[in-house]
Amino acid sequence: MKKVLMGNHAISYGATLSRVQVIAAYPITPQTQVVELLSEIVANGELDAEFIKVESEHSAMAACIGASAAGARAFTATSSQGLLLMHEVLHWASRARLPIVMANINRAISPGWTIWTDQNDSLSQRDTGWMQIYTADNQEVLDSIIIGYKVAEKVSIPLMIVLDAFVLSHTYEPVDVPDQEKIDKFLPPYKPKIKLDPEDPHAFGGLTAPNIYMEFQYNHQQAMMEAKKIINEVGKEYGDITGRYYQNLSPYKVDDAEYVVITTGTISKTTNIVVDKLRDSGVKIGNLRIRTLRPFPSEEIYEQLKGKKKVFVIDRNISFGNTGIFFQEVKASLYNTDIRVPIFGFVTGLGGRDVTPELIEEIVNIGIKNEKPEEEVIWMGVKK
Amino acid sequence: MTEKKKRKISLSIPAEEIMRPGNLACQGCGASLAMRYALKALGRNVIFDIPACCWSVIDGPFPYSSIGVPLLHMAFETAASTASGIRAATKVLGKEDTTVVAWAGDGGTFDIGFQALSGAAERNEDIIYVCYDNEAYMNTGIQRSGATPYGAWTTTTPVKHYKKLPKKDIIEIMAAHRIPYVANVNIAYPEDFIRKFKKAASIKGTKFIHVFSPCPPGWKMKPDDTIKVAKLAVQTRVFPLIEIEHGIKYTLNVKVNKPKPVFEYLKLQGRFKHLTEKEVQRIQEDVDAYWDYIMKKVEFSKEYAG
Ligand SMILES: Cc1ncc(C[n+]2csc(CCOP(=O)(O)OP(=O)(O)O)c2C)c(N)n1
Ligand SMILES: [Mg+2]
Repeated sequence: MKKVLMGNHAISYGATLSRVQVIAAYPITPQTQVVELLSEIVANGELDAEFIKVESEHSAMAACIGASAAGARAFTATSSQGLLLMHEVLHWASRARLPIVMANINRAISPGWTIWTDQNDSLSQRDTGWMQIYTADNQEVLDSIIIGYKVAEKVSIPLMIVLDAFVLSHTYEPVDVPDQEKIDKFLPPYKPKIKLDPEDPHAFGGLTAPNIYMEFQYNHQQAMMEAKKIINEVGKEYGDITGRYYQNLSPYKVDDAEYVVITTGTISKTTNIVVDKLRDSGVKIGNLRIRTLRPFPSEEIYEQLKGKKKVFVIDRNISFGNTGIFFQEVKASLYNTDIRVPIFGFVTGLGGRDVTPELIEEIVNIGIKNEKPEEEVIWMGVKK
Repeated sequence: MTEKKKRKISLSIPAEEIMRPGNLACQGCGASLAMRYALKALGRNVIFDIPACCWSVIDGPFPYSSIGVPLLHMAFETAASTASGIRAATKVLGKEDTTVVAWAGDGGTFDIGFQALSGAAERNEDIIYVCYDNEAYMNTGIQRSGATPYGAWTTTTPVKHYKKLPKKDIIEIMAAHRIPYVANVNIAYPEDFIRKFKKAASIKGTKFIHVFSPCPPGWKMKPDDTIKVAKLAVQTRVFPLIEIEHGIKYTLNVKVNKPKPVFEYLKLQGRFKHLTEKEVQRIQEDVDAYWDYIMKKVEFSKEYAG
């Protein structure tokens, strides 16, 4: 059924269709509508779930961990300061190998107080051992939650769906809400191999000495690497029933391009417009949107960038003292390959500053005009 | 013995041992004994979560576990929030008869985990929250906590600067949440201990149990004095054994008509060795005043709650 939905409600419908059993959440702008609609859906009896109205995000994630370890499908959603407060227990969830799915709405970090978008909140959680998927429209948000559970439960790793504050969270778009029956066939109930069970008592997460700790980390990493393949497989399976296919990468006119812009989130949608315009004037350019940050699809990125002349990475985030984070990721993943082309790193759009087609065109022009980048980080649209 | 007499024997302490033999506790650990009694009372249909504390170690290294029931180890400040999640899962999975227990130290309860505990109590989560109180952060090497009593030495309150602040009154704080059941227990009074745990398991909503739990290395006392010191805590009125229903009805469970001087309790513990006579006197006065205060509440409850 087609509905006109804000991104936040797309999250709620995604969770509902996934038949989540325990929700634990705490309100924060710009996430509040996610939990408001879910409260309503649970209160109406449309979803058979327990909703724990915890007193903090730290407790939200801890409750999800308890619920998931006891065998329930658990869900939460947050943003920015809330995600940062969860940091300790995000690590706990992934190292406990619990397939929790959460939505994080990218909101910049304070001070000064801000509610507008950038990616530093979720990127600060890059190494927590969670999978991270960056989305670009409300349809993708809804679909990614459902796909997310299937992937997470296959590899026993939690998964974070990320979307831009306001640009998606509060923007209404037509969204196809799939039939529950269809989704039930795609996503069967959660059946963990092992859980907290009085009939089969085990202790989870106890004292782990150096003689065994490392093996748990190795297994976690192996599962992450396996997830690169699983995300694409499950994305294809979902596409076969809905017509919407999602993969680690979403390339746009990259095949015959000489120049490639690398983007994430909603900036990629704007970039597609710029690509079309420049193509009309004869510039052979494409846009490679990275959906999956963890696991990082290095091999697929290599395949996409092979034979290109130049690469321009746009980051809506900054790692102070170094560069934009996707820029680092892309560069690092190519170092041991035969790709030796200039890669430019642009930082823009922090704290919700608009990233317009004109600005993206300017980025492309700087990239094409200069033989190689003159600065480590090229700040765009900043008053210096 | 006649047939008739035989039938009359009823054990006040369940004979079944759920806790397995062998764990990593120090000699004379009160917290180890507390777990043994708690499990006897609660049986096997339970799920535990334990945040960072001595019990994270006591249970044993992976893949061993000494408690014999399902256990989720969790981060320091999450005992109550994790238990809330476990409880929610048991509800949706149709296992509401399972008792969910959060088992935390005093640091995890009075201090870093207090927000989560207060939140869970306000939501009246159907869990038993147990705080075994050894009056300091013992896992990390005897640092003061909000439960360390006036006068005590710890590594962060050295003798020259021993703790000059009172212990938080956790029982009253939890009673003020108006949860259905708050009680304290003492390992030297196993019958009262087990009765209260059984009672807690029979009540819906949040139950809070505060366990007096001596720690020989942390209190600088002989391991074989654990029960003696625990008993003296009651006999000197340092730790009055009570229960509080719905935040209003106070009951004294163990009468102490002829209290021993508090000094008897203090003198067995090296952590109080530096105290002057004047300081001992001050502690005696505090203990007397607190006892009177609790007795007034007990009296008031009789009129109020009938
Ligand atoms: C967030 C965090 N801070 C600090 C620690 C270190 N830590 C582990 S156990 C502990 C003290 C626990 O004290 P208590 O709750 O009284 O339990 P006990 O060790 O006395 O049994 C501390 C400080 C931790 N694990 N996590
Ligand atoms: Mg302690």
